[in-house]
Amino acid sequence: MSSRTLSTVEPAVRGPRPAPGRARRRGTGHLYRRPDWLGGLGAAVWLAVVAVPLYYVLASSLRDKSDYLDAGPLSLPHHVVLSNYRTVLDSGFATYLWNSVLVTLCTVALVLALALPAAYAIVRSRSRFVSLGFSVMLMGLAIPAQATIVPVYLLITRLHIYDTLTAIVLPTAAFSLPMAILVLTSTMRDIPGELYEAMTVDGADATHTLRALVLPLTRPGLVTVGVYTALGAWNGFIFPLVLTQSDARRTVTLGLWNYQGQQGGINVPATMAAVVLSLLPLLAAYLFGRRHLLSGLTAGFGK
Amino acid sequence: MTITASRGGLAATRRGAGTSRRGAAPRRGDGRPGALWAVPALLYFALFAVVPMALVVALSFCRWNGLGSPHWAGTANWSRLFHDPQLGQSLRLSVLLTVVTWCVQTLICLPLGVWCAGHQRGRAVLSTLFFVPLLMSSAAVALLFSALLDPNFGLAHTLGPWLGVKDGNFIGDPHLALWTVMAVITWQFVPFHTLLYQAAARQVPVQLYEAATIDGAGRWRQFLSITLPQLRNTVVTSSVLILVGSLTYFDIVLILTNGGPGTSTRILPLHMYLTGFSSFDMGYASVLAVLLLVAGTALSLLVVRVTGFRRMTSQREGL
Repeated sequence: MSSRTLSTVEPAVRGPRPAPGRARRRGTGHLYRRPDWLGGLGAAVWLAVVAVPLYYVLASSLRDKSDYLDAGPLSLPHHVVLSNYRTVLDSGFATYLWNSVLVTLCTVALVLALALPAAYAIVRSRSRFVSLGFSVMLMGLAIPAQATIVPVYLLITRLHIYDTLTAIVLPTAAFSLPMAILVLTSTMRDIPGELYEAMTVDGADATHTLRALVLPLTRPGLVTVGVYTALGAWNGFIFPLVLTQSDARRTVTLGLWNYQGQQGGINVPATMAAVVLSLLPLLAAYLFGRRHLLSGLTAGFGK
Repeated sequence: MTITASRGGLAATRRGAGTSRRGAAPRRGDGRPGALWAVPALLYFALFAVVPMALVVALSFCRWNGLGSPHWAGTANWSRLFHDPQLGQSLRLSVLLTVVTWCVQTLICLPLGVWCAGHQRGRAVLSTLFFVPLLMSSAAVALLFSALLDPNFGLAHTLGPWLGVKDGNFIGDPHLALWTVMAVITWQFVPFHTLLYQAAARQVPVQLYEAATIDGAGRWRQFLSITLPQLRNTVVTSSVLILVGSLTYFDIVLILTNGGPGTSTRILPLHMYLTGFSSFDMGYASVLAVLLLVAGTALSLLVVRVTGFRRMTSQREGL
């Protein structure tokens, strides 16, 4: 079977084979330079699947309610209006956005503050306790956070922080820790051992080594962790849902859900404006730091 | 280069500062951090993740309505497991959802990721758009699709007749609702797994393709003989994430259908949530949570074991 496949494609390969030297210079990836029609077609289909809903959100958010109902979901807006955004912001969405900003910043700060020394100890310490702890953490990666929601709720009410932003930050940070530590340890393992030795020879203690050697070289990993944690915190749903109740403590995701409930699904343009608003900070970050963000999302899963 | 330079500079400053500090605190001989450095993170993780996992088992033997204190109830909650008319359906829906989303996502993401890893013109722009959905929260995705799927004013109204659903009511039909939810979940998570495959496909050494091209292997043959084997680790990673993740698709179903129509999309995580925080039956909800924990751990262990992830040797020997 394999030889047949081989012989049928062979003639096609012989023709426009690229010079190997040139291909190598372009880095890793496919050598094959013929246009990939099948792949292109599949990608185009998926592009439509992604783009149509995204276009729909944006176009609907920029049009009048009556325009939406009359002209159909995918038509271009008659007049571009921003009134939907005002409606949404006036209904308290600004508070939700601010709450989400606070939750996200605090979660990221907490995760970085905890994960950095821990990862440093995991990579450099010779203690058996530390490696045992690391194994426990790694098991935490496979734990669905939802499954612990009842005891987390019990814990938060017993700590008397129910219905505060702190109540959202604490468990969110805890469930972001395994991934954060995993990413940071793999970044720190890439620092050559000779550099650590050189620091030791120079008489640096652990704190100094961390500050002068590890911190500067781990910066990409820290960015990665920050991005990953921020995305999770911003988009988190179950912890805000279960651990807060008052309107003043609502985060963006809950606000969205609540907003749809209030509108009863009637005012679609305003709901779509709320969706755009919830996405806007991340979209801005994505456009400016796409490389960091995307590599950040996959960094934990490499080898 | 930079590292070497800064190391030299550091050494100099350190030597200068060293003498004064050495008097204040005796430094450790090897300059390695002690176990104490990891203690805050481990304690924190223990308090908010490990303790809850133990607590959920304890709570499954208690009666608790969310207010007041839990009371010991023995095995009452567990024996209810066998009389819960909803459980069978929830399990069936969850298994179906897991299997279908795993198959569909893998079949879409693997080729798409490999394609995105290529170098042809326009790919960068396309890839930028491909990944936007992964920025969206489940709440945003669910809201977007409940508007699109509205049988009166949404896209479903136009699209329904084309797909053989005359009234366009995908989400309100008990037979279609779960499939619709699967489609939305796929839309949301394909970008992430595509990204995983793209990152992995970029790391496949180009020499392998060069050698294959010289040997006369075509694109399809190269994909089967080089790309697929090289992506084995990623297939495992992505599968674990999809399988474990499918136990947590809860928010999107809650917002899209709230388990309905009837109970036709009441998957296990949602069943747990509604039991706990809608019926305030925390004890039985904990029983269901234990099931979820066991299922999650078992699934990821199974994938790792079946695929031999642990005893895998390097696929890049000699490169």
